Amino acid sequence: MEITLQVNGKARTVDVDPRISLLDLLRERLGLIGAKKGCDHGQCGACTVLLDGRRALSCLALAVAVEGRAVTTVEGLASGDDLHPLQAAFIEHDAFQCGYCTPGQLCSAAGMLDEPGPSAVTEDLRTDPGLTPDEIRERMSGNLCRCGAYVNIVSAISEVAR
Amino acid sequence: MNRIEGRVKVTGLATYAAEYPVEGLVHAFPVQSQIAKGRIRQVDAAQALAMPGVLAVLSSEDPPELAAAASGELALFQSREVAYRGQLVAAVVADTLDNARAAAAAVRVGYDPDDHDVSLRADHPGLYKPDTVNPGLPTDTEKGDVEAGLAAAATVVEVTYATPVLHNNPMEPHAAIACWDDEGRLLVYDTAQGTTWSRDILARVLGLPADRVRVVSRHVGGGFGSKGTPRPQAVLAALAARAVGRPVKAVLTRQQMFDVTGYRTPTIQRLRLGADAEGRLTALEHVAYEQSSTLEEFAEQTATPTRIMYATPALRTAHRLVRLDVATPSWMRAPGEAPGMYALESAMDELAYAAGMDPIELRVVNEPDTEPHSGLPYSSRDLVGCLREGARRFEWERRDPAPGVRRDGEWLVGTGVAASTYPARRRPSRARAVRREDGDYLVQVAAADIGTGARTALTTIAAGALGVDPDQVHVELGDSDLPAAPVAGGSMGTASWGSAVVRACEELKSDGREGVADTTEEIEGDAQFARHAFGAQFAEVRVSSVTGEVRVSRLLGVFAAGHIIDPQLARSQFIGGMTMGMGMALMEETLTDEEFGGFLRRDLAQYHVPACADVRDVEAVWLDERDVELNPMGSKGIGEIGIVGTAAAIGNAVFHATGHRLRELPITPAKILMSRF
Repeated sequence: MEITLQVNGKARTVDVDPRISLLDLLRERLGLIGAKKGCDHGQCGACTVLLDGRRALSCLALAVAVEGRAVTTVEGLASGDDLHPLQAAFIEHDAFQCGYCTPGQLCSAAGMLDEPGPSAVTEDLRTDPGLTPDEIRERMSGNLCRCGAYVNIVSAISEVAR
Repeated sequence: MNRIEGRVKVTGLATYAAEYPVEGLVHAFPVQSQIAKGRIRQVDAAQALAMPGVLAVLSSEDPPELAAAASGELALFQSREVAYRGQLVAAVVADTLDNARAAAAAVRVGYDPDDHDVSLRADHPGLYKPDTVNPGLPTDTEKGDVEAGLAAAATVVEVTYATPVLHNNPMEPHAAIACWDDEGRLLVYDTAQGTTWSRDILARVLGLPADRVRVVSRHVGGGFGSKGTPRPQAVLAALAARAVGRPVKAVLTRQQMFDVTGYRTPTIQRLRLGADAEGRLTALEHVAYEQSSTLEEFAEQTATPTRIMYATPALRTAHRLVRLDVATPSWMRAPGEAPGMYALESAMDELAYAAGMDPIELRVVNEPDTEPHSGLPYSSRDLVGCLREGARRFEWERRDPAPGVRRDGEWLVGTGVAASTYPARRRPSRARAVRREDGDYLVQVAAADIGTGARTALTTIAAGALGVDPDQVHVELGDSDLPAAPVAGGSMGTASWGSAVVRACEELKSDGREGVADTTEEIEGDAQFARHAFGAQFAEVRVSSVTGEVRVSRLLGVFAAGHIIDPQLARSQFIGGMTMGMGMALMEETLTDEEFGGFLRRDLAQYHVPACADVRDVEAVWLDERDVELNPMGSKGIGEIGIVGTAAAIGNAVFHATGHRLRELPITPAKILMSRF
């Protein structure tokens, strides 16, 4: 069936198998390899993209279910040659090694910066906790990094969140 | 220096194996055995072949041709015998991934099952002594009289430790794209930690001359040993592509990775330690029991670190292996050292308590002058320096050794220490360096960057050897058409490739245009030394007396690993290894399905690896060593030492916090709570 969605600001119309996930649509049909397949079950976060500005797991979304919506992948974070501040901070803080979880970490972090409100580790639910290292660690725990770059990921995000 | 490939990695442009845009690509999806042992009666592919988009079904009904040399895990569909549950028994090739996966579920495989045995036991009747242990080390060593040493000891510790099946779980699943050209040459984009070796093995399995196979792996999404040799997906893609006459992509699912890409063997480790009144060892014995498959022998070198750590007049190490109806274990970050040092360094902590000594002082009084089992001098060894520096940073002198007495509300608090070590080896490598027309320098070596930062480190090394700015150096790696090089494994990558790069650059400097190097002769001429990196890890844990949860509030590693080539990359490697060590200590465990064979917990929701919230204060520092007996850079490998000793440091801290010694990893909340009853 034919669907149209906005991908990194451009309308893309594709004839799809109704079984195809948004992740496979991006990777196998649209040539956007930034979103990674780490588990295909919503357990690792490598496939995280922004869906209408909110972070979402593209392996758990059927492509046909996101018709008409705006998808931002890691390829859409930078403005031309200017890296997104998170991308620049990840390089400066060495916040990745193999790089396979990195697009998901970046999209997740970008979404997180715009998510107000308390989390499971917030002490006082009546006040905005701000993005302290504890809050970042909690809110970024859906994105696994097997190389163990978490210490540097938290420092990179902290620099941008400041 | 920031990573050279940093920009392509953060913009999503770095191309991993499954991501090459290849014209006319179709997809292969495997079918796995549902039994642990027996024979395949028949593979009924009729229904699958009638489904949309299906091009072929491969199975032992019509075995695809492989070389007679193909054996073990890579001899796909050659035999009707099933060696373990989860083994690949068929595969569907179809136009899309969704069609291939749907058709794979429709392939009917009939079996004649036999009784299986998947349980490792220290009294298993099938235990035997392998000829060698990985990577070709002696299986057993014996020096002096262990029984006499124990009889003469003032303090004796006899303990058994156990570690579970562990899975490497790199974030990038194993994947391959295979393309045959009109002249019968094969190009494989693979997830390989070494393209030279990968090419050689694939050529041998497929019965091709090596110069007709090319393996490309420019970016690899982690491996930790599991991509050190070709895995079934590479052979599957090649066979499927040959069968359908089109390029084929084969990507394993996370669940399939647990079954067919290797794992760390479970271990049962028996240790006996004796010490005199001053804490000096009178005897040390370490025996490891491990498993392999019926397909291949892989014997992990678990007791080998005990051969090099501490001075003792009586030293015995041994390995015993049993072949079970399981998948073949393989390399996982620091095979041997990671599980072996967990047991040795936990037992040393037990000895310190039994002898009433500080665990750091116990290690210091047992510092050897030469390598205990071989008598060779160390090229350099600064374990004591690491222990002292860590103690200073951790304020160890203020520690009350009494276990189970520090409380902060519901939390019991404790600290622990353990030593780390890993061999500093290098292997022969080739490299080429040329001056380009634009004046910059091109350096070529079939190295692999699996996240270690090899491109960046080799650029630094080449720039240093040429005496030019790193911006003028361009390193090409990840392609078997480049000068032959060993794998990124055994913490040997930088030492091996770097040696060849330095020699090629030296020749280029004298020649002016080109330098080529092969370090085979140079390495054969290396003097006889014991070459190892050492370190000390310190952990502070908080253990909930209510839930049994263990939180690592602080983890410090101090390492003596030769000259550190790039501080930023090195720190990332050390803390990455320590983070994986934290997973080994507290959460990582694959269960074996005793009833049906195969593994349970075959995904990342059940096999827990450390997440961001688990990792708080992790720091790594190092003592710079000058060691001229290593390689031109004076460096020791650092990819694996970070995971060595972490689990012992954490386990020792849990004992200090709770007063309970838990001798089976991982240290889960259930085990903490059960220890109180």
